[in-house]
Amino acid sequence: MLEIGTLHYVLVGAILFLIGMVGVITRRNVVIIFMSIELMLSAINLNLLAFSRLYGLHGQVFALFIAADAAAEAAVGLGILIAFFRNRTTVNMDEVDLLKW
Amino acid sequence: MLLFGRRLPKSVVNFCCVGAVALTFVWTLLAVWQFTHSGLPYYTHNLFTWLGSDGGKMLYTLHGGGTAEFVVKAGVLLDPLSCVWLLFVTGVGTLIHIYSTGYMAHEGGYYRFFGYLNLFMFSMLTLILANNYLMMFVGWEGVGLCSYLLIGFYFHKHSASTAANKAFITNRIGDAGVILGSLTIFWLFGTFDFVRVTELARAQSATLMGTGIITAATLLLFVGACGKSAQIPLYVWLPDAMEGPTPVSALIHAATMVTAGVYMVARSNALFVLAPETMKVVAVIGALTAIFAASIGLVQNDIKRVLAYSTVSQLGYMFLALGVGAFTAGVFHVFTHAFFKALLFLGSGSVIHAMGGQQDMRFMGNLRKKIPTTYLTMLIGTLAIAGIPGLAGFFSKDEILWQAWSAHNGEFRILWYVAFATALMTSFYMFRLIFLTFFGSSRMSHEVEHHVHESPKSMTVPLVVLAFCAIFAGYLGVSPSLARFVGLHGDTNRFEHFLAPVFENPSENAAVAEPSAATEGNGEEGSPSEYILMALSIAAAGAGWWSARRAYAVSGAEVREPINEVAPPLYRTMLNKYYVDELYDKLFTGRTKIGPVRLGAIGAGEALWKVDSGFIDGGVNEVGWLTRALGSVSSWWDKWIVDGICVNGPAVVVRLLSYPARLVQAGLLQWYALVMVFGVAGLLWYYVLR
Repeated sequence: MLEIGTLHYVLVGAILFLIGMVGVITRRNVVIIFMSIELMLSAINLNLLAFSRLYGLHGQVFALFIAADAAAEAAVGLGILIAFFRNRTTVNMDEVDLLKW
Repeated sequence: MLLFGRRLPKSVVNFCCVGAVALTFVWTLLAVWQFTHSGLPYYTHNLFTWLGSDGGKMLYTLHGGGTAEFVVKAGVLLDPLSCVWLLFVTGVGTLIHIYSTGYMAHEGGYYRFFGYLNLFMFSMLTLILANNYLMMFVGWEGVGLCSYLLIGFYFHKHSASTAANKAFITNRIGDAGVILGSLTIFWLFGTFDFVRVTELARAQSATLMGTGIITAATLLLFVGACGKSAQIPLYVWLPDAMEGPTPVSALIHAATMVTAGVYMVARSNALFVLAPETMKVVAVIGALTAIFAASIGLVQNDIKRVLAYSTVSQLGYMFLALGVGAFTAGVFHVFTHAFFKALLFLGSGSVIHAMGGQQDMRFMGNLRKKIPTTYLTMLIGTLAIAGIPGLAGFFSKDEILWQAWSAHNGEFRILWYVAFATALMTSFYMFRLIFLTFFGSSRMSHEVEHHVHESPKSMTVPLVVLAFCAIFAGYLGVSPSLARFVGLHGDTNRFEHFLAPVFENPSENAAVAEPSAATEGNGEEGSPSEYILMALSIAAAGAGWWSARRAYAVSGAEVREPINEVAPPLYRTMLNKYYVDELYDKLFTGRTKIGPVRLGAIGAGEALWKVDSGFIDGGVNEVGWLTRALGSVSSWWDKWIVDGICVNGPAVVVRLLSYPARLVQAGLLQWYALVMVFGVAGLLWYYVLR
């Protein structure tokens, strides 16, 4: 039976991060993109927790902060999303090109 | 008075207007009395600085090279010359105002008439009392204006309004001369002040004698005098001016205003003696005017026109006197003429009044019983103007004739013949007037004859006073030789003595030297020729009377004109005033054309218009076209070179360069995220796996 070590945690974190990143880049629906971002944040949290086993409690504290930040970010993001939907009646990212020159 | 007069009752108008003039006369008497007892050569007083500044900011270069500041002080000057004018202007003026209350009693615009008349008196006094040329010019224009207004008093009559225009326009020509003359004097002496100019002219007489500039200045002034005093060639307005009411003719066009020209020449005597050429012109013009106007007067039928031409002729006498250097004689004639001509005009006004407006002598006759006062006073006036011994005209006219004969050692003797012929004519036409009007058989229509009445007291009293003056005014200036003839001694020529300070000239004029030698009591007898000339002029007056009596005293129903019977073409020419009006009409008013060229003012206007439209406007348009062409070139340059290359060029380059850059910026958030991911991956690869 293989002992679950730091490496495993880090690998799971990396996989989660990649899944989130691919989701952010490829999906059209903004809600899904938000969920992917949450996934990426979770992957980072996992990394921080894994390393906190080796280097002390700083990582855990940092993870708490990131969790709070993720919640705030989701709230602001959903607010923007609703305002945007009222304007454009869509939440598809490929139809949103207002930042063009 | 002009503003409020319409509402005022006549008595108030009378009181204000006539009272003001009468008061002026009293003041004048006081002022002259005070002046003659003060012993001053002149009295002058500056009231205020009128034009220019005391700071001397306006400097002008003078003829001599120096500079002078343009300062004109409004002020008064009282010297013997202005005293003479003041006396007869206010005196005759007062009488004529009184007369007008009677004459104008039944006319409309009573208040307007007196308003104008008072304005005239004011302007005339300004003219006389001014102490410099510009102030005098103000009065000069003022009397011109009043003359215009009063000639056109019956403005509803077409002939009156055109006559007023004629007078005004003709006077304008002269006024231009006065302005130019005054400015020339300023250029020469640096001042407008009469006293200063006279002093300077006398001081520099040696260097200025006969120079071109002084001749020009005096000639220009004389042009003005020609206009105002109705001399050839500007005399044409005066006869037409008779369209005005008769008191106006008497006051303005006989006694006072028309002598303004004589006044100006006499005032500028110090300049005129320095310009012998001008003096010759003045004398010749004067003599020509005298005989020319007198000959027209011989045949006129309008009673006022006869008197008008007589006035022109007498003014000619005055200028003749001035021209030969006998300023005193000229002024003396002005003085006596004012009385007897005002008298004659007022008398004719009285006749017209009696006739109910009829002015044509052919429809008068045998009036002496019906209007005896008018008859007697007019007879006195006629005797005076004709030069019958003992009356005013004899003394002054004789003086002029003698001066014309003797001045400059007889240089002007030819003019004596002219003047002598004029004297003969004067006597003839004046007695013709008397005989046609007062003698012979009545040629009036029945109702007019019924209407004839003697004028009211307000008209006859001035006539009597003027008649008195016409008799006795001459005794102020009895020439010494004449005085000796009747056994008088001493200084009989008070007039000349009074005026001597004004006319003291360093000239070697025999005419001036002769009387002064006599007054010094050298015992030198008056030369026999003077007595002979005197006798001749009396004979001329007598001959005029005799021939007029023969021709007109016993006239039937038709007036027979002897000149017409002897030489009809001559008669017609004279009756039509030598066609001068027609000639002027043809020459100056632009009704005639010679080929394509139009004569006169309109012709000149047309010629100027052609020059303007062809030459000047062409030039203007040429410049405009050139500017336009230049404009289009520079507009092209601006559009294509400046805007096209310099401004838009860089913009186009930037725009071209921007196309590849724009491709990167898609506006899609996920594209940016992908780029970022590749960037991070690139960095990681670079730092970690290198």
